[in-house]
Amino acid sequence: MSSLWSRRGSVLLTAASLTISMVIVIGVEHIRAQAESSFVRTISNVDLLVGARTSQINLLLYSVFRIGNATNNIRWESYEDIAARSEVSWSIPFSLGDSHQGYRVLGTNLQYFEHFRYSDSQGLRFSEGGAFSAVLHAVLGSEVANSLGYELGEEIVLSHGIGNTSFVNHENLPFTVSGILAPTGTPVDRTIHVSLQGIEAIHLGWQNGAQVAASGLGPEDPRLADLQPTQITAVLLGLETPMAVFGLQRAINNYPREPLTAILPAVALGELWQIVGTLEGLLSIISILVLTASLLGLSTMLLSSLRERSRELALYRAIGARPLFILLIIELEALSLTLISVCVSYLTVTAGLALAQSWLSENFALVIGVWPSTTNIWLYIGGAIAASAALSLIPASIAYSRSLGHVLRSA
Amino acid sequence: MFLRGASGSGKSTLLGLLAGTLTAQSGSLKILGTELISLRPRERDSFRANHIGIVFQQFNLIPFLTVAGNLRLAGSFSKEPRRDFREKSEYLLQSLSLDLGLLQRRADTLSVGQQQRVAIARALINDPELLLADEPTSALDADTRDSFMCLLMSIRHVSDCTIIFASHDRSLMKYFDTEIELSEFNRAKKGLASRV
Repeated sequence: MSSLWSRRGSVLLTAASLTISMVIVIGVEHIRAQAESSFVRTISNVDLLVGARTSQINLLLYSVFRIGNATNNIRWESYEDIAARSEVSWSIPFSLGDSHQGYRVLGTNLQYFEHFRYSDSQGLRFSEGGAFSAVLHAVLGSEVANSLGYELGEEIVLSHGIGNTSFVNHENLPFTVSGILAPTGTPVDRTIHVSLQGIEAIHLGWQNGAQVAASGLGPEDPRLADLQPTQITAVLLGLETPMAVFGLQRAINNYPREPLTAILPAVALGELWQIVGTLEGLLSIISILVLTASLLGLSTMLLSSLRERSRELALYRAIGARPLFILLIIELEALSLTLISVCVSYLTVTAGLALAQSWLSENFALVIGVWPSTTNIWLYIGGAIAASAALSLIPASIAYSRSLGHVLRSA
Repeated sequence: MFLRGASGSGKSTLLGLLAGTLTAQSGSLKILGTELISLRPRERDSFRANHIGIVFQQFNLIPFLTVAGNLRLAGSFSKEPRRDFREKSEYLLQSLSLDLGLLQRRADTLSVGQQQRVAIARALINDPELLLADEPTSALDADTRDSFMCLLMSIRHVSDCTIIFASHDRSLMKYFDTEIELSEFNRAKKGLASRV
């Protein structure tokens, strides 16, 4: 519309403010939705998660998200006992507590590569190499391999503890990279996987986190293969039938020989998300407020434009336009501005995500779809358009009623 | 018809009533056989678009539209949009001795004299029976005013509409057959009121 163009200064500023607020709304909502789905999908198809007696969120955080430390360990005998139960179809032991260059080391067995599932029952895939075939083999998550630049056959030394810079290294037994996993968008990408025997081997002769005696083991020592783990941190269980979940959970929680906790990962994830979700709700509210502010700005702009346009509007009336026409051109202005802003902001978010995608997945393991298309986003866009129509009714109806009288006089 | 009166004597109000942009609180107002008072607002708007052309003192054109755009806009409010719109507007411009090249110029790049002439063309585009002119010459200098008046009078050959021309300027009276002195009109009304 050339009328808009003739007032391009204020119009462009208003469109810019609308666009920015729509970028915020769409961006926040999209990232929220993506974060939620990538969060909830960190682990899948696991019926029970077992650890030492602790709260379910703590157990979830340290075992699945590798955040924080285990409060206590599970004895290997308990693990064997539970894994041997008839309800259990498969079990994956987790042994955590070491690190390499700030990345957590997970001791596990070959079941892990077979049964671990994330997202919608997606299994792990190797981008290079394969699972460990020797005690001192390591499998890297994709991000570890990428950011540290490791390749197959590389020798790495694990550090005791989980600090970024540990002073205590297990230098006598370096691990060889046997495989690299494809990206998953979950904490798996930031994990170094080794065998339980490997974890056991590097801790021989250690007590309470300090080396008290040299183990005397070398990488070629035949005794390595016979090592038995003595304790682990957590266990993932898959059951024969989902019906058995609650019975087994109760049995584990009342395990007589040591205090254990069994949780349903999906339930715990939901609970954890509720805590994180409060913050996200706040973000959504803020973005909606920003949008409201710029929609009000739009109607303020239209309102103040009525003064400079009074002659123009009176003229429309004088040449036979109905007051409804006046109302409609103002509504049309508001709607076309909003539509343009929506399109520009949608494309901006998409372009921004496309540019930031690799960076996000490398640095935050956030795998984000480029095209925002959740129902919520369409609701927000529809809501913004409806709200702009409703709010611009204020200036439009003022122009409408004003144009009813005084046509000749104001001209 | 020449409608003379000093500022504030009610010329614009009377024209507003005639155009149907103002409504009388009482009484009757018949134009071209239509009772304007009893029309609904929407019907009055369409009556105005179809039967009445209006020329103001100034600001007659939408400034950011081209001359052609202004004419087309006025045409679009009419009941039957004309098919010979292009010929009609060119014909009108020519009879108002305006260059056809002006059609593509933005209205606010025209001189005031040109704008007023385009305003006449705009007012006549729907073949109105009545042309209301509210001091259309007050923004013009003496020479432009005279040529404007000559052109305005010459359109009687183009279109057979009645012109109601309101002005305070007695010197323009010579162009018209009939005249009404609004002050006399008002006095008569007052006398009437005091008698009742």
